[in-house]
Amino acid sequence: MTSATLAGLVGAALVGLGLYGLIANPQPLRKILAFNVMGSGVFLVFGIVARKGAAAGLPSDPVPQAMVITGIVVAFAASALAVALVLRLFEETGRATLSPDAWTKPSGEGAEAE
Amino acid sequence: MSVLQALDIGLAFLVFAVAAWTIFARGGFAATVGYVVYGLLLSLVWIRLFAVDVALTEAAIGSGVTGVLLIGAAARLRGAETEADEKSLRGLPRLFIAGLCVLVALALAAVVLLFPDSGPSLAPQAMRHLPETGLGNPVTAVLIAYRAFDTMLEKAVLVLAVVGVWSLAADRYWGGAPGEARAERPEPTLAFLAQVLAPLGILVGIHIFWVGADEPGGAFQGGAILAAMWMIVMMARLTEAPRTSAFWLRLALVAGPLVFLIAGVGGAIFAGRFFAYPPGFAKPAILFIEAFMVLSIAVALPMLVAGPPRREPRADRSR
Amino acid sequence: MSLVDLFSIVAIGAGVFFFLAGTVGLLRFPDGLSRLHALTKADNLGLGLIVLGLLPRAESPLAAFKLVAIWALVQLAGATTAQLVGRAVRRKGTAA
Repeated sequence: MTSATLAGLVGAALVGLGLYGLIANPQPLRKILAFNVMGSGVFLVFGIVARKGAAAGLPSDPVPQAMVITGIVVAFAASALAVALVLRLFEETGRATLSPDAWTKPSGEGAEAE
Repeated sequence: MSVLQALDIGLAFLVFAVAAWTIFARGGFAATVGYVVYGLLLSLVWIRLFAVDVALTEAAIGSGVTGVLLIGAAARLRGAETEADEKSLRGLPRLFIAGLCVLVALALAAVVLLFPDSGPSLAPQAMRHLPETGLGNPVTAVLIAYRAFDTMLEKAVLVLAVVGVWSLAADRYWGGAPGEARAERPEPTLAFLAQVLAPLGILVGIHIFWVGADEPGGAFQGGAILAAMWMIVMMARLTEAPRTSAFWLRLALVAGPLVFLIAGVGGAIFAGRFFAYPPGFAKPAILFIEAFMVLSIAVALPMLVAGPPRREPRADRSR
Repeated sequence: MSLVDLFSIVAIGAGVFFFLAGTVGLLRFPDGLSRLHALTKADNLGLGLIVLGLLPRAESPLAAFKLVAIWALVQLAGATTAQLVGRAVRRKGTAA
């Protein structure tokens, strides 16, 4: 089993792990973390595709590498926006939760419009 | 089993264990710290996959800057974790979801195992045209020359993310500055680190950007290091974040994609096709574009981490 | 096996030992401050010995200088972080 196959298997396991964390964890910050874990797992599967494309004297195909670099930067931008949303939610309502019950309960704070 | 194989297997287990810790840990802060460790270990995996540029990007942006973002958020959200009003899944639905996720993972693992030993690759074509671009690093060539349009759109995504984050400000703070004000007496330890590290970091960042033309490195990695230096100076409160309505800030943010777009259109005029580089002029053009990209990245990343404006813009225009 | 290789193996082995000791301290010491104490040994001595072991194998004097610079930067960051964490632990107790 080569190192590339091992990395691909780890990537597959990370996708499953991240997917579970995204669905099962109720807190938004944990969902963002799980989403990042899942994303890096997908990038690892890209990595094995790149490694299998070793040719022309290069140990790894450069095009999937460039796509992964692009993906890492875009994933960071998405995480930043998501974190800003969660923090704003926390500022407005005093709680960071996505459960619908929190919004139907009558409360004094959090009632002013954004 | 050779030593390298033992290292690979140990690293794979460690990465999986730390990722599992990130998902299943008790508190949000502990999970976030686990994520930063996980990102650094992942860089080692990327090195074993012989993708050094990706390893640098993962360590700098994937684990470093994302880690700063998430740790800041986890620290601020620490009081919000009450399990009582969270109806988390219990029992049968949780097992069902876990089973489905295991199924997804197994399907992906089967695909990975069914890969042939070597597959189709664009590496020969990338290497064939590398001398025309004047670069020595094929990944940089793919990013800035072969797939320049994708990279320009990615810079535009960064700018859009900054606009999205800024638009979350309350109405009265629009145009103000994010973060805290500059401290009269900044904390000495952090201030010492910022004062010693920032000049070195700027040098290292510019070096990694410049060297990325021929060796592993590049605009994203160098820009992330420059961004980290600005962030540490802001965190030490030796300086404060600029007002979001400041013209120089907005110009620096837009400069990257704008110069890229102008170069692309210029390629249409001077070299016959959108985003073509005139022969013999390719490397200077690429470095010129990359310089502005580094500027944009170094400005966009700290603005994304700093968040929406939280202080009112002062009535006077003095900085 | 030449003398240089032997020196590298001994130095890197000693460095690994200090890293191991630091990790055991992190996991087994009772409170935050003593764990910090264990970790800074890993930073200082562990990394220093590993860098020392790698110096004879560097390709050029510039690469050797980069290795030493990395060690110095890790020490700087580690010392600052240890100070800040220690201060937070003292202020807020171990629930920091």
